[in-house]
Amino acid sequence: MIKTLLSGDLPRSRLLSGLLVLILATLAAAPLLFPGAQAINTAAKICVFVVLVASYDLLLGYTGIVSFAHTMFYGLGGYGVGLALYSWGPTWASALAGLTIALFAGLALAFLIGLFSLRVRAIFFAMVTLAVASAFAILAAQLSSFTGGEDGRSFRIPELLRADALIELPFVGPITGRTITYYVVFLSALASFLGALRIVNSPFGRVLQAIRENDFRAEALGYRTIFYRTSANCLAAGMAVFAGALNSLWFRYTGPDTTLSFAIMLDILLMVVIGGMGTMYGAVIGATLFIVAQNYLQKLMGAAAKSTEALPLLPHLLHPDRWLLWLGVLFVLSVYFFPTGIVGKLRQG
Amino acid sequence: MVEQDGATAAGGAPEPIPAHRADYLPILLVPLLAAVALPLIANPVTWITLTIAALAMGMMIFVIASGLTLVFGLMDVLNFGHGAFIAIGAYLAMTTLIPLADWIQADQLALNLAALGLAILVAMAGTSVIGWAFERVIIMPVYGQHLKQILITTGGLIVAEQLIHVFWGGDQKPMPLPTALRGAITIGDVAVEKYRLLAMVVGLAVFVAMLLVLNRTKLGLLVRAGVENREMVEALGYRIRRLFVAVFVAGSALAGLGGTLWALYRETLTAGIGSEVIVLVFIVIIIGGLGSIGGCFLASVLVAQVANYTGYLAPKVALASNILLMVIILMWRPQGLYAVVGR
Amino acid sequence: MADALLTLEGVHTHIGQYHILQGVDFAVPRGAMTVLLGRNGAGKSTTLRTIMGLWKPSRGKITFEGREIGGWATPDIARAGIGYVPETMGVFADLTVRENMILAARAGAPDAARLEWIFGFFPALKRFWTHPAGVLSGGQKQMLSIARAIIEPRPLILIDEPTKGIAPAIIDNMISAFDELKRGATTLLLVEQNFRFAEALGDHAVVMDDGRIVHRETMAALAADTATQTRLLGLSLEAHG
Repeated sequence: MIKTLLSGDLPRSRLLSGLLVLILATLAAAPLLFPGAQAINTAAKICVFVVLVASYDLLLGYTGIVSFAHTMFYGLGGYGVGLALYSWGPTWASALAGLTIALFAGLALAFLIGLFSLRVRAIFFAMVTLAVASAFAILAAQLSSFTGGEDGRSFRIPELLRADALIELPFVGPITGRTITYYVVFLSALASFLGALRIVNSPFGRVLQAIRENDFRAEALGYRTIFYRTSANCLAAGMAVFAGALNSLWFRYTGPDTTLSFAIMLDILLMVVIGGMGTMYGAVIGATLFIVAQNYLQKLMGAAAKSTEALPLLPHLLHPDRWLLWLGVLFVLSVYFFPTGIVGKLRQG
Repeated sequence: MVEQDGATAAGGAPEPIPAHRADYLPILLVPLLAAVALPLIANPVTWITLTIAALAMGMMIFVIASGLTLVFGLMDVLNFGHGAFIAIGAYLAMTTLIPLADWIQADQLALNLAALGLAILVAMAGTSVIGWAFERVIIMPVYGQHLKQILITTGGLIVAEQLIHVFWGGDQKPMPLPTALRGAITIGDVAVEKYRLLAMVVGLAVFVAMLLVLNRTKLGLLVRAGVENREMVEALGYRIRRLFVAVFVAGSALAGLGGTLWALYRETLTAGIGSEVIVLVFIVIIIGGLGSIGGCFLASVLVAQVANYTGYLAPKVALASNILLMVIILMWRPQGLYAVVGR
Repeated sequence: MADALLTLEGVHTHIGQYHILQGVDFAVPRGAMTVLLGRNGAGKSTTLRTIMGLWKPSRGKITFEGREIGGWATPDIARAGIGYVPETMGVFADLTVRENMILAARAGAPDAARLEWIFGFFPALKRFWTHPAGVLSGGQKQMLSIARAIIEPRPLILIDEPTKGIAPAIIDNMISAFDELKRGATTLLLVEQNFRFAEALGDHAVVMDDGRIVHRETMAALAADTATQTRLLGLSLEAHG
């Protein structure tokens, strides 16, 4: 049963399985375990990022192409649902319509970019996606009458998800719309992740990996590499759009800084690499670790900076705003020394 | 590539010398773009000002992009961290200019230029050294592995930008223009900002110097040959690794120069200055044809033209219009304006 | 083997996961032309590339003028005195013929007398002197590639299939050029599928199959032995014969 759910791709490490079960259980029980708003926000964010990072792993880890436009698709989903709810009212219909439009736009864009730049050389793709994503981010910030500009848009979500207390459960307490929203996000994320696992373990996924290893040989064996790469790009884009939609649903807000910024693109890269490229489970580990660290490590750094105040330079290096510096260093080191990331290390034993 | 029948080359019978098929078509794009913009902008004075601004901006982008495209052409290394050199160069120049405030504020062109020259020298020297170290530590271990290259150099970019925050702080810094370079020269109705002229002169000088080195020196010939066929250069007995380090260091120095020029042009400076230009730089080297200096020069002008014209006509879509330019050019020539032969 | 300029002993080469050379042993005698024959995919080009350091041997010894060069970097192997004409010719298309020759003459400006000597065989190079090499025909590119290898006197020249797709008239010029090089005490190692060309020039024949040397004898003896030819070279012989 579990094996089928995981498409036969088991964690293959006792410690990794333990961690995954722990994360899954914590996320599943989050509304019951943590009453505070920050903790539940963290849990929801992890769910969203697992989908986003898993879809990126499909590209980077399994297909071997680097895209800098993943946040663009994430933003498309966020804006699609967000703007639809904002302009057409807080109903399920407008959320669905927004998601559908965003999905189509995302797939079309991914298809075009792929067709254009995957044909020539893989390295083109990285540059083209970077340029296109930057243009998109600027466009979203500029067209303020439509998108809300730099400030973004806050909106209301469908009524069911806004309710104060729907039913009172024994031992658990009141079930609010917030709890329901959380489970919508959580279950969607779980389903998406299992779906991604299925894709990479399907014959299609095997071809992707063959192309990653040796595209000439794959081409010689009769696989149209451009078709497979473009399909992978579209799939990953679609999943990122979906993650963006979940993000909007949870935070009831969409804006350039939370979805489109290059900083988020870097976060995704860090999560994939640190978690482990080409393993899918790396997305879970990477996203969880990163987001927990982001929320709690910065406090620790603040304390460290304070305690070293008297020393030169050190407090600047330890300042909470500099946490990206240390992540960057960790990132470079992991690309060199642990290209398979945490999951790879755990699997080695 | 013309593969004629070998028979014509046989000994005695004189064969026709094939025409020197220089490809001037892409160059026509510059006047074409200017001509299309004229009726849209309507006011000829504005049009001239914008065109001159575009040329100046184009030269600055070229200075930054040329190193990147050569490094790519020669060694198949794409340095996503190039933006860091732009920023570091600009910050070094700013730091040099602080004690030279008197020279900058004096209304004497010679003193102003001396201060700027010194700042540029420091910027270029600093980015050369950092470039050299970057090549050794970051890039050397990942030769021939595109995926890791992109990841590692992006990681290097994050670290470098953060270190700028550590050393210089994250706030926006002023980068004042020297007194004698402020304001504009008026020719008839057209006002041309003095600094833009300077930027144009510097950029052109870099382009001419680069062409001279590439065409007239053995080192330059080796670089061009290496861009085409690295293996054959080695088989002729040249150590391309040293050549590459030299080009990488020169490219980093040019990024430092370009960063200084760019910061002066904007008159402010933030740690993100590199990331801001690098998008245009990538568009330029894609349009120009990866590894081609001539293509890089032309594409710099085209991109700057589009940026300036649309910046005036429809500022909200300025960058998006450059994406459109890229798409159109790649539809016409999938390898860029001037594809490097043998790649 | 005492007068061998170059010897390969048990050389293995892996390209990626493929084991291409599986123990290659042969010697190239000084001042003569050795021809490396064999079917397509036998490993002839890989052998030349391995000697040149363009692929690193995973095992075995390559000795050139008494020094072991296996594992050296390509530029150092070239500097030791080995010229190389690759199958793809490796002409720098963006550079003029002149610039190609300038780079080939590593020690300084190309020697005028030697240049005239080369123009004697390949007059087209003189006529296209200031033209980009990219406009040359296939045959002319081959001439340029050979000219680059011989512009400076080098003890050993490796040449990979110079006659592939080249008109017979040019082949005759090549034969006289190689002939004269041999008389000038240059040693040549030639990969060739064109048996007529190999027969006209070769002193020694080495036949490869499946990444190994399967036969060594003098070219004259092999030329006379049609049975061995058919057995070892199979169809490739009929195609060119």
